[in-house]
Amino acid sequence: MVPVDYYIVLSAILFAVGALGVLIRRNPLIMFMSIELMLNAGNLAFVAFASVYKSFSGQIFVFFVIAVAAAEVAVGLALIVEIFKSKKSINIDEMNSLKG
Amino acid sequence: MHFIETTSTGFFYLAPWLVFAPVVGLLINLIFGKRLSENAIGAVASLASGVAFIVSVLLAYSVSANQGEMVSVPFAEWIHIGALKLDWTFRVDSLSATMMLVVSGVGTLIHVYAIGYMREDVHFKHEEGRFGRFFVFLNLFIAAMMILVSGDSYMMLFVGWEGVGLCSFLLIGFWYEMDTLARPSWANSDAAKKAFITNRVGDFGFLIAGFLMFWNLGSFQFDEAFKAAPAVASSAPWVIVAITLFMLIGVAGKSAQIPLYIWLPDAMAGPTPVSALIHAATMVTAGVYLITRSAPLYTLVPQAQYIVALTGAVTALFAATIAVGQYDIKKVLAYSTISQLGFMVAAVGMGAYVGGMFHLITHAFFKALLFLSAGSVILGLERGHHHAAHGSHDSHAKGLSLSDLLARNNAPAALGKWVGAPAGSEHGHGHDAHGEVFDPGDMRNMGGMRKTMPVTFWLYIIGTLALAGIVPFAGFWSKDEILLDANLHYSSVYWLLTVAAFLTAFYMGRQIWMVFFGEARTDAAAHAEESPKVMTVPLMVLAVLSALGGALNLPFEGFHNLGHWLGHTLGEVEALPLNLTVAGVSTVLALAAIFISWLIYGRNPLKSGQLDPLKKPLGFIFTGMENKWFIDEIYQTIIINPFTVLSQYFADAVDWQFWHDFMHDTVIVGAYNWFSESALNSYADQKGIDAFANWLGAATQSLSASMRQIQNGFVRSYALSVMLGVVAILGYLIFK
Repeated sequence: MVPVDYYIVLSAILFAVGALGVLIRRNPLIMFMSIELMLNAGNLAFVAFASVYKSFSGQIFVFFVIAVAAAEVAVGLALIVEIFKSKKSINIDEMNSLKG
Repeated sequence: MHFIETTSTGFFYLAPWLVFAPVVGLLINLIFGKRLSENAIGAVASLASGVAFIVSVLLAYSVSANQGEMVSVPFAEWIHIGALKLDWTFRVDSLSATMMLVVSGVGTLIHVYAIGYMREDVHFKHEEGRFGRFFVFLNLFIAAMMILVSGDSYMMLFVGWEGVGLCSFLLIGFWYEMDTLARPSWANSDAAKKAFITNRVGDFGFLIAGFLMFWNLGSFQFDEAFKAAPAVASSAPWVIVAITLFMLIGVAGKSAQIPLYIWLPDAMAGPTPVSALIHAATMVTAGVYLITRSAPLYTLVPQAQYIVALTGAVTALFAATIAVGQYDIKKVLAYSTISQLGFMVAAVGMGAYVGGMFHLITHAFFKALLFLSAGSVILGLERGHHHAAHGSHDSHAKGLSLSDLLARNNAPAALGKWVGAPAGSEHGHGHDAHGEVFDPGDMRNMGGMRKTMPVTFWLYIIGTLALAGIVPFAGFWSKDEILLDANLHYSSVYWLLTVAAFLTAFYMGRQIWMVFFGEARTDAAAHAEESPKVMTVPLMVLAVLSALGGALNLPFEGFHNLGHWLGHTLGEVEALPLNLTVAGVSTVLALAAIFISWLIYGRNPLKSGQLDPLKKPLGFIFTGMENKWFIDEIYQTIIINPFTVLSQYFADAVDWQFWHDFMHDTVIVGAYNWFSESALNSYADQKGIDAFANWLGAATQSLSASMRQIQNGFVRSYALSVMLGVVAILGYLIFK
């Protein structure tokens, strides 16, 4: 039996990698992937604690997170496609037309 | 309280109709008066007053059926504040029933008479539209007088007291835009104002008395106040003295006693029925009624009683001397009224309440008779004047001549068109063709009228004999009773009243000789015409009452009817037997006075333009009597002029110069300007509010300029700040 600490550490590493990816990369597709990474880091922590505390709540929460992530990606990709259509570019730093 | 509820036998439940019958009458005339004929208006008003008389009769009958027991008829709640409880309650006892009978009885007769009188009066003055207004006022007067006499408390009495004062004002100023000779002027208005203001002085006394009474006796209600009075009288008698003497001021105002009588002669500016009803028979006796009603208070303080008696007696003599020197037929009667009111006040002051009320009743009869007859004489003279002036012999339908009708068609009815027209212009009445004004009330313009106005002449004779106190007319018995009481109580009062009685007979004799005997001194008197039946019939009724009214209270055993009747309310009074000395002295003096007046005025009748034969022998005394002892001038000098000067000083110096120029324009405006300019404008506004608002705008701008730097448009820098925020919050939560 792998101790729960390992899962948590892994989860934290994944989250940190995801967060850095969002902050550093300029390709929105990569950023999406990083966001997915952070979400799944969360999922990992949920299921780890769920097995420790013998509770289904964590596992059920994971399903919600997966569903929300899928929906978010769907909306996000659609947005990126539309942005690309109008700007012919998906560089995230050029998406600043709402700047005050 | 021992009053019987209205369920007691009798017609007591009808009491409110005393007031509401005249009110209904006046409302009908007020609303429909424009559409009704003159006869209908008069009939409605007379009927309304007649209903009040019938109710009075029923109430009096009910009182006697109840053995004179007092009955209170609660009608409405008025004011209930703390200890103050004022209700509109009708008090029916023998005293108030007596007053109701006199007021409504004489009032109804005068209503009927006024139909005839006012019809001619409004036609002579080309103001037919005012006929209805007169009867509205007259009914209002009856209603107010009924409130006065039927009130159960001093405040209810005061409501009526003020009501009749208002009616008096309205009716004195009935021809408000002319003087008594119908010349454009404000003389009649001034007379009305004089009456009103003089009465205000009296009302002030009444109100003070009322407040003292409430404060010290705890109630305005008659019985409660009287019940509390003896205890107060023994602990603090001056309180009762103050109450009674302040009340005397009110009485002096309303009942025309010294020093407030001056309004009554001027009140003759009102139409003659008003002089008869309000200023002789009923309203002016309200003061006598008030003292009689307050008998339990006055009985407690003999010193106040003496002052009341002396006031009455001095007034009686003083007014009688003035009456001797007057030429106006109504002025003589006006001063005679003051004098007779003095008799009544003296009587009630001596505690002879029955005598005072008796004289009040008989005086109402014969003075109404005399005034109305005088009105008949005046109108007769006016008819004669028109007749003589125009020489027209057409029938005087409704007292109008043809030229009158013509003049009326041309005459502008509106006041505005003839104000400012010279006196004696053709629009006045009675002086059309003459340059000078003809005064139909001046006895020097009369003479020999017993031939032209025989009915009025005989009526006048009856009234005169009653007033002069000749056996067996009503005035003899009532005046004799007062003299009898005076003889017992205060000899000073007795002598004053006896001399006044002598003068009364003298000036009435003078009037009779001047008006009805000798030769006509003007064309008008020669052509005078008798009045119509609607005027003379009420006079005949009054004449019968004047002749036989003494039977109410004859000074013989078993005939003290009025004394017993009023005794139910006032307590049984000892009935004085006839004192032959007193009666003899007064009768001899009256006959002597009439004889002397015949020597002076009857034997050698006054010629046209001749001076009064008394003028030479009496000299300055007659000048004084002729000019009312200059009392009006003295009041003008010592009261009105200083008052005017003082008020002008106050208006000019205090109000205008101090308050307006200095206080308002300088101090307040200056302070305001200084304050608004320097304090508010420069400090509060510019340096406070403006500065703050400007700072707020500038601060917002600079803040937003610095905030704009953060908003750089890079998603990743936003994401970084979000993450830093999360880290900060988590860090806080973990390490707190």
